Amino acid sequence: MPILLRGEWYDLRDLANPVRELIDGLGLVSEVDYVLWSLIASLAILTWLVLSVLAFIWIERRVVARMQNRKGPNRVGPAGLLQPVADALKLLLKEAITTRGADRLLFWLGPVIIFIPTIVVFAVVPFGESMVLADLNVGVLFMIAVAGIMTPAVFLAGWSSNNKYAMLAAMRTIAMLISYEIIQVLALLAAVIFIGSMNLQTIVSWQDEYNTWLIFIMPLALVAYLVAGAVEINRSPMDISEAESELAAGYHTEYGGIKFGFFYQAEYLAGFAIAASATTLFFGGWTLWGLEEWIPGWLIFLGKLYAVFFVYIWSRGTLPRLRIDQLMTFAWKFMLPLMILNVLLVAAEVVIWEETGASRNVALPAIGAVNAALAAVLVIGWARFLGHGSGRGRGYSATLTREVGKIYYTGAEAS
Amino acid sequence: MEDTGTVVAFWIFAAITVGAAIGVAAVRNLIHSVALLIVTFAGLAGLYITLSADFIAVVQVLIYIGAIAILIIFAIVLTPRAGRHNQESFMLLPALALAALVAGTMIFVAFDTNWGAQRSEGFEGTATAIGDLLLDRYALPFEIASVLLLSAIVGAILLVRPEGPEEEAE
Repeated sequence: MPILLRGEWYDLRDLANPVRELIDGLGLVSEVDYVLWSLIASLAILTWLVLSVLAFIWIERRVVARMQNRKGPNRVGPAGLLQPVADALKLLLKEAITTRGADRLLFWLGPVIIFIPTIVVFAVVPFGESMVLADLNVGVLFMIAVAGIMTPAVFLAGWSSNNKYAMLAAMRTIAMLISYEIIQVLALLAAVIFIGSMNLQTIVSWQDEYNTWLIFIMPLALVAYLVAGAVEINRSPMDISEAESELAAGYHTEYGGIKFGFFYQAEYLAGFAIAASATTLFFGGWTLWGLEEWIPGWLIFLGKLYAVFFVYIWSRGTLPRLRIDQLMTFAWKFMLPLMILNVLLVAAEVVIWEETGASRNVALPAIGAVNAALAAVLVIGWARFLGHGSGRGRGYSATLTREVGKIYYTGAEAS
Repeated sequence: MEDTGTVVAFWIFAAITVGAAIGVAAVRNLIHSVALLIVTFAGLAGLYITLSADFIAVVQVLIYIGAIAILIIFAIVLTPRAGRHNQESFMLLPALALAALVAGTMIFVAFDTNWGAQRSEGFEGTATAIGDLLLDRYALPFEIASVLLLSAIVGAILLVRPEGPEEEAE
């Protein structure tokens, strides 16, 4: 591979190069160097995030409109391109209302705290070979832990509003977040066991070295991670915490103006964070089978990230909303046993691989095939076991949810 | 803990932790005190980082902020008498006695331990070492803790289960 330019300042395949050249050129003390380096990197990440959110507000509205046979925003600017800017201006100029009896300090803190985890996550995400702000040894765990800060923030926002609907919505959001956090952790645990490292950069280079992506090895874990991610960012099949027709608007009912804008943005940023971690763990991060020598790694990474995020937009445009009891049953009775089995399976495979000492060209395809087949068998079999799919043609198939809430089967008697 | 950065970070985190901890006890509003408790947990995580314990620090955030704080919040919200303020504090004297005992023990340990012996070797990954120790040398305590937690979960489910034969939901 002719890597003539690697490491030179004008090598834009790695944006860290020009920055390092610039900082080295200043000739400062190492501590100041470090601070400058972090500042520039953080600002770059923040700028990218803000621009991405603005772009995707427009893209999402247009794409969902197209999926639902509408036109979408098309008045402000060419093809409605300036709509997000207009939205942001509107939110900024709106009157800031605080409900009577609200806890002013916590009411103000809620949107701020919920913003922190969604941004901090990107500190460990590798955008390129040396484009990572903090190359932590416990990167995967860091992502999960930081995302967990959202939970108390949601409660503070709901509680401080002094509104019983906001409070109820906060409680059910917390219940959802906690339930699906377990699934998220188990899904990532399987990946970490298989690769044997929690460092995100190591995970990327492992996938590069073994010439595969983890999606081919453990598809079930990826699906579980994306579903749990959809819960975390209130995306459509799981957007119960802000189900418009049931809960006013969820835990941020009482927030208006730019404070509401914060929650809105935080959801988008969390979506990018989920997409970024899924990209890094399951889709090979900034590598693309050798193509990263020619195309900038960060462009590959962003392309994959936007593709994963598009899946969320797609699901929002197509899927109906689940009920809260269905969602919780799905987490505890369906996903949790499957994910525990998945972890056991992956651990067993790692041990068998080590014991037999099979070459990677044999072991990886075999493991991938076994996992894919078992995933299909498990998903279908477990669903059957819980009563889904067996009652075809009888007008109902909801024994899974019957145990939790009251369900009236309208079609059962008619047939 | 030699270089200036670590020392500065230690004092900042120590101030945050202790200040928030005092606030937890001093504030009247229970939810405020939980919020301050979260700040205390975060400060402790920072202190762990200055001690090169990256794994412990991240787990501190994950377990304490993500789970324990929520548990406390649920406990407050679900307890009828907790209300919004904790003015009637007839447990003041026992609480003070208990706090004094804990503080006394901590201070005794802090002065009794020989701190000079160990020196940190910089920032190495601790997760692998902890995993090895937990599943090898300390496998039994680790398993006992797991079984204890599992029995607690089962017990909790048993406690909230409605009594009598299960009624068929319509």
